[in-house]
Amino acid sequence: MPYGIKLHVSGPYACFTRPEMKVERVSYDVMTPSAARGILEAVHWKPAIRWVIDRIHVLKPIRFQSIRRNEVGHKAPAGKIRTAMNRESLEGLALLVDEDRQQRASTVLVDVAYVIEAHFELTARADASDNEGKHLDIFNRRAARGQCFHQPCLGTREFAADFRLIGEGEPIPASEVGSRDLGFMLWDIDHTRPDRPSMFFRAELVDGVLHVPQPGSPEIRK
Amino acid sequence: MTTLANRYEFVLLFEVTNGNPNGDPDAGNLPRMDPETNHGLVTDVSLKRKVRNYMEFARSGEPGFGIYVQEGAILNEKHREAYKALRPDAEKVAKEKSLNPANDEEALKLRDFMCRNFFDVRTFGAVMSTGINCGQVRGPVQVTFSHSVEPIQPLEVSITRMAATSEKEKSAQQAGSDGNERTENRTMGRKHIVPYGLYRAHGFISAKLAERTGFSEADKDLLFEALENMFEHDRSAARGEMASRKLIVFRHDCTLGKAPAHVLFDRVQVGRNVDGEFRAINDRGLGNLPPARKFSDYIVTIDRENLPAGVEVIERL
Repeated sequence: MPYGIKLHVSGPYACFTRPEMKVERVSYDVMTPSAARGILEAVHWKPAIRWVIDRIHVLKPIRFQSIRRNEVGHKAPAGKIRTAMNRESLEGLALLVDEDRQQRASTVLVDVAYVIEAHFELTARADASDNEGKHLDIFNRRAARGQCFHQPCLGTREFAADFRLIGEGEPIPASEVGSRDLGFMLWDIDHTRPDRPSMFFRAELVDGVLHVPQPGSPEIRK
Repeated sequence: MTTLANRYEFVLLFEVTNGNPNGDPDAGNLPRMDPETNHGLVTDVSLKRKVRNYMEFARSGEPGFGIYVQEGAILNEKHREAYKALRPDAEKVAKEKSLNPANDEEALKLRDFMCRNFFDVRTFGAVMSTGINCGQVRGPVQVTFSHSVEPIQPLEVSITRMAATSEKEKSAQQAGSDGNERTENRTMGRKHIVPYGLYRAHGFISAKLAERTGFSEADKDLLFEALENMFEHDRSAARGEMASRKLIVFRHDCTLGKAPAHVLFDRVQVGRNVDGEFRAINDRGLGNLPPARKFSDYIVTIDRENLPAGVEVIERL
């Protein structure tokens, strides 16, 4: 892979929410390829390029913690709005956050560190001014200096990600995690199709490394 | 309004004395704690609520400083205001139960309206797709969980109440008393307090996202003002005494920034004060020291040596 990059990301917490358990959020055991893509895009992205995740190295043991928070979850009841509209006044139309709160628990990962191995491809929107070298340089320069479009996060925005470029020839830190089957995991969301369906793949950690199938691969289940 | 042209990071140190900075609904409102280390936690949303409340106090009624996620407001009605402003003559807007932007252009206008009018939308962002769809805004300001500098030891304080809630409770109390003024079966309650805790929060302001929401230079100053003063207007029986102690801001001289955030955060070190001498928190020699009970039991150092070029440290508090 000539245009590959390696980025080390870490943080005290992470939450890569499982789509089947998103009301009371439960994180996947490891970072999903779509979350990894989001992190890279937070550092550098243009419509001319598309990030493709190759491998995710899981460096630290997989551990969880539960955090319960007060969240807003309700929509305004339609009947109440209708009566308020008939009265043509917003007076008395109130949804008290304190009374209408949902307490939701999140089962989040603690003390995580990953190395994302990825490359990018040029898309149909690339024009004459775009070439691989340029975007690779921009990414490497930004990542090495700690520059970013916005601070990347580990799943949700309250869990900020620290990131550091792993330079050419620098070894990838050893993983403390062995091999395990992670079951079906979200690969990414298909933004090209109308309902934006999720795409899954069979995730398996081999000596702490998650191999991510390439786009278009038969391993990706739609 | 000038849009923000610089990336910022900030470290906020705040303290609590004999109070509960953030209760854990999972643990009977005990102060939140990291179960592995016993360090206290304050969630991002808790601090953001206080910033919103402060702005409501400080800028109430001023155009452009509405607060979207209010206590006592209906979100959809705010969305409707956006539609009304954009299509003043269309009757449908006032009646329809569900509204969707007609096209991308309108969706953008709706988003801009929300950003212009609501301080918290252009600061923290908001998901506005509840029935009446205004799309999603990602705000430039991001706050992480706050951790206490040292492990905390919450205290449970039992309290009593002299009055009864109901007639039934009152007669039950009198049945158990021997006619003295003080009845025996008083209602008992519990308070959880942290005797003292110094908490550290990290925050980020992305100038690139600020461009999109219109978060301005003036908004940034207001945000810092809110962070400095928010506890002054959040007094309650549960909180005890809380105060912002230090706000250290890292200013990059460009939009993308000049150094990794975690490297800058590492420059702010909090240690114990041993006769005026800085001692790191994990120093083995601290074992005989009594627990910290005031801010002066700590020393905060900022490493200003060899700052990365283009990064400036501003000590606001």
